[in-house]
Amino acid sequence: MKRFLSIPYIVWMAIFVVAPIILVVVYALTSGSGSFTFENFAHMENFLSVFIRSMIMALIATAICILIGYPLAYALACEGPRLQKIFIMLIMLPMWMNFLLRTYAWMSILENTGLINSLLSALGLPTVNMINTQGAVVLGMVYNYLPFMVLPIYSVMVRIEPSVVEAAQDLGANSFKVFLRIIFPLSLPGVLSGITMVFVPSVSTFIISRLLGGGKSLLLGDLIEMQFLGSAYNPHLGSAISLIMMVIIIACMMVMNRFGEGEERAVML
Amino acid sequence: MHHGLKLSKPISVLLLLTMTLSMLLIGCQKSNKNVVNVFNWGLYIDEDIFKTFENQTGIRVNYQTYDSNEMLYSKIKGGGASYDVIIPSDYMVSRMISEDMLEKLDYTNIPNISKIDDNYRYQPYDPDNAYTVPYMWGTVGLIYNSTVVTEDVNSWGLLFDEKYAGRILMFDNSRDAMGIALLYLGYSINTTDKSELDEAYDLLKRQKPLLYAYTMDQIYDWLEGGEAAIGPYYAGDYITMIENNPDLKFCLPDEGSNVFIDCMCIPKGAKNKANAEAFINFMCDTEIALLNCAETGYSTPSKEAYDELPDETKNNTVMYPSAETLDRCEAYVNLPREILEYYDNLWVNLKT
Repeated sequence: MKRFLSIPYIVWMAIFVVAPIILVVVYALTSGSGSFTFENFAHMENFLSVFIRSMIMALIATAICILIGYPLAYALACEGPRLQKIFIMLIMLPMWMNFLLRTYAWMSILENTGLINSLLSALGLPTVNMINTQGAVVLGMVYNYLPFMVLPIYSVMVRIEPSVVEAAQDLGANSFKVFLRIIFPLSLPGVLSGITMVFVPSVSTFIISRLLGGGKSLLLGDLIEMQFLGSAYNPHLGSAISLIMMVIIIACMMVMNRFGEGEERAVML
Repeated sequence: MHHGLKLSKPISVLLLLTMTLSMLLIGCQKSNKNVVNVFNWGLYIDEDIFKTFENQTGIRVNYQTYDSNEMLYSKIKGGGASYDVIIPSDYMVSRMISEDMLEKLDYTNIPNISKIDDNYRYQPYDPDNAYTVPYMWGTVGLIYNSTVVTEDVNSWGLLFDEKYAGRILMFDNSRDAMGIALLYLGYSINTTDKSELDEAYDLLKRQKPLLYAYTMDQIYDWLEGGEAAIGPYYAGDYITMIENNPDLKFCLPDEGSNVFIDCMCIPKGAKNKANAEAFINFMCDTEIALLNCAETGYSTPSKEAYDELPDETKNNTVMYPSAETLDRCEAYVNLPREILEYYDNLWVNLKT
């Protein structure tokens, strides 16, 4: 009977997750005339620099999200329920507004004649060129995906039994040791799913780099989009690049899950 | 530490609300059958005329936009969406005709075609004039802010001038960007000579550090607001921009430029072909053509509409350049697939 309840979701998954992935695989392994080929993978090395740049920028964004998100989640989990509610609400609040609008808003903040620089020049300070740099792209990733780091860490942390912490304290552990030996290991599953939820969308984004990076350096998402919307229209190559990207991401996730072995498994994708 | 995440209730209520609302909206859309699905460039029509069309014919206009010929091509080629009227440019028309993606028009349903100037019909991309009705035409030119650029401008060289580093914009599509580089070097924008393309690429590579950004329609905000000072774009859009920033100037460089004709076509397999032809006919109506011209700033191929334009517009050399100026301009032709792939490769390298 309970199994019955999952049918709507399974149907949904089959149509909107599994079928598209199969399509991507089929496209990646066929040529324009429909015959089987590996040709689409033959010149991947041309795109190596794009792969590397995307990975590095997504990694930086993920690292910053951990540095900001982890202490926040920890501090939040120690607060009273009322404050927790308010803060979680505040963290989610920007997500009520469309992703694209939020990124456009950043444009007008960072532009040379934008909010920050107008303020700087009003104060008689020199202006800073921020928009259309790789830094702005990373900022866009951090801003947009930070909640996806905070929320999973937070929800794991509030579930840590206070009695476990008390036991450690009774046995003479100072607060640093309690954190290192008890809280951090127990919060790891949250960190791992946070990493997944930030890294994956960051590595495949195309609109953030377009809007905040001035279209100057391609990321993987831009590269894939270009195969569909560029001059040559090559969905087969686009699918091949997507497939490789998926394989790399899955490999990263598997390595990460190794770290969490013995703990709860991180959520895959 | 405390237990449980108590937020789930208000959020699930919110989710339910949005779901119900979107269901209602989907329900509304489906009830109306007599429609025409129009797919056009962004900011390229007076949207108020849809009401007029609906009042006249009872056909509701479903309107969507794209921002490059390539995006249009990929949507039609991918087959995922169905449109009844599309407005590709010349070179994309010839690509679509050669790939059998367009429906022949029944001109008995489009009597207003008689108003179109013959100069804009029977073009190389559609020699028998079987598939297309010209919508608008125009040129690409150099738009610059005269408070920043005080010298005389007559060359694309302005886009490669280190003096203006950080204030220059460039087309964010390979065909237009490469086209400008080719013109500056004195080559044809339709060259298939890879060594000429390589030279153009080198020029763009050297230009990249000088750029504020590669951009398409975002150029409006940046030039109007003074965020950037120089950029190449369409003449018609310049007409719109000076309304918001009178300091902007337009130049059609001596090296020549691209002249384009955008055409109304019906993609193969369109579900509402008769409605589409009614819409195309409506767009050729002189009064409607004039409204569209006024709104978009582009140039009309309609003889009747041109005659009724105010003198001020007719004499505006940005919108209606002289014959000598137009002689310097070249239209894009469809390139062989091998060269298109070469363009894409150069573009990836440029942005790496």
